[in-house]
Amino acid sequence: MTTNAGASILEVEGLGKRFGGFVALDGIDLAVAPGERLGLIGPNGSGKSTLVNCLCGTLVNDRGSVRFDGTDLRGMMAHERTRLGMARSFQLPRPFFSMTIADNIRVPLLYAMGTRRESHRAEAQIAERCHEMLGLVGLHDKARQFPRDLTQVDMRKLELARAMAAEPKLLIADEAMAGLSGSEVTDIVDLLITLNERGVTVILIEHIMSAVMRFSQRLVVLVSGRKIADGAPDAVIRDPEVERAYLGQ
Amino acid sequence: MKRGMTSWMFALIACAAGALLFFAARSAGNDYVFFAGYTILQYIVLATAWNILGGYTGYVNFGSAAFFAVGAYTTVFFHKIFPLPIPLLVIAAAVASGLVGLGMGYLTLRLRGAFFAIATLALAVVLQTLIVNWSFVGGSRGAYVIRPATVYPFDSYIQYLFLIMLVLVIVALTTARAIERSRLGYGFATIRDDELAAEASGVPTLKLKLIATALSGAFMGMAGAPFPYYIGFLHPSGAFGLEYTVNAIAMPMIGGTATWIGPLVGAVLLGTLQQVAIVTISSAVNLLLVGLLLVGFVILAPNGLVGVVRNLLRKRPGAQP
Repeated sequence: MTTNAGASILEVEGLGKRFGGFVALDGIDLAVAPGERLGLIGPNGSGKSTLVNCLCGTLVNDRGSVRFDGTDLRGMMAHERTRLGMARSFQLPRPFFSMTIADNIRVPLLYAMGTRRESHRAEAQIAERCHEMLGLVGLHDKARQFPRDLTQVDMRKLELARAMAAEPKLLIADEAMAGLSGSEVTDIVDLLITLNERGVTVILIEHIMSAVMRFSQRLVVLVSGRKIADGAPDAVIRDPEVERAYLGQ
Repeated sequence: MKRGMTSWMFALIACAAGALLFFAARSAGNDYVFFAGYTILQYIVLATAWNILGGYTGYVNFGSAAFFAVGAYTTVFFHKIFPLPIPLLVIAAAVASGLVGLGMGYLTLRLRGAFFAIATLALAVVLQTLIVNWSFVGGSRGAYVIRPATVYPFDSYIQYLFLIMLVLVIVALTTARAIERSRLGYGFATIRDDELAAEASGVPTLKLKLIATALSGAFMGMAGAPFPYYIGFLHPSGAFGLEYTVNAIAMPMIGGTATWIGPLVGAVLLGTLQQVAIVTISSAVNLLLVGLLLVGFVILAPNGLVGVVRNLLRKRPGAQP
């Protein structure tokens, strides 16, 4: 199958995943255009995280296919997908606790970026890029600290900086703002929009509706493993089916 | 990655220190120094090897004795069919136990934490059963390996064995230190911290885990290769002895698992203490000592002696964080 390169960076077709008798994802179709800011919402247990895990290779989907940047991802391990240019942040921050903040960011520079360019970057280039990422998320003065010393919001920023370090084409931010205060949420949304303006396609999975509405150009709603809405955010949240899923009948 | 002297420079300094140690031991004019020193050196290699997997990647191996035994029995095997010089036996043992390590890594790819540890313990039991039932290498009767009285230009054979083990120590420490400072070292540390996040950062965790199990296994086998010549009579319960497993874990834990210095410090300290205990108290008390020390360190100083020293330096006013 030839893909119309440039039309979508991510193409998901009929994606299905079950855990025993429980159907977590039931035939998800989704296309994401390069440079798009996509919001993904849905009630707890609707399959958002399962979808992220299937896209990133942490879980293996039972049915359907995922194409990223023209490549079929079937059978690819998570690190290979990262090297292709797909990055994710975790719902609960998962920093490398034994390393400094700067070293946390060096890992993807050493492993995801070097191999993609087929030559390992010079130490100076790595240091420069590391410096740049820390500046971008505002963790400059904490470069030599360890993750355990960070506040919750800084931890989220580190998570994003690490995901972004290797210059991905697509960033999947899985609940990057859960548990943050109002102004902190604004900080993170601003950061994500900045990243997007630099040309990165972003999928945001989030419960905080104000953030989702401010961020998203398009909104997709998952309920019980199915996609029930996909379109302009304002229209989607007025969709009766979406209202029913969130508020009950 | 880290600044500081290069690995060649380090190896050179280690060689100089090794030469100094060797001639100092010679000047004592007593072969007992070499007999006791050999054991300590052997434990440095074993502890460093354990630490490559257990300390750097966080996978606890309870089967160190099995890898040590594979090395020792490789020597016995070649001794029976075609005696080779010990340096070649060391290489053969490294290949054999490296392959066992690779196999162990491959079979336990999906096991983590306690489950991995249990699997390594099971591997040791399986290998011991195989050796006990393999009469060519002596089976349960054991095998005699008569060592030559001497080898040119050494005064006695034990000096030769001591020197070989000293070289292995230098190779093991240089390798461990080089890993720590390399891209590989970063990869190992991410596996220890969080495998899921490591994969998401582009680290091929399964491949790195296999490198670690193979490398760690190979060094343990190398430590075991000269052992039959040292002991003269090798039997399964000796080669698979509990002391190797326990010491390989306890020494890095007591010294500190984060750096190459930890296993070195732990092995020198504990190894010396055990040698002293054997002479002054009894040969049976030595595992008791290890056990007590290990319990003490795990509770009071979980980062080992290196961790304790580091904390003291950090608390000193005006010190670099």
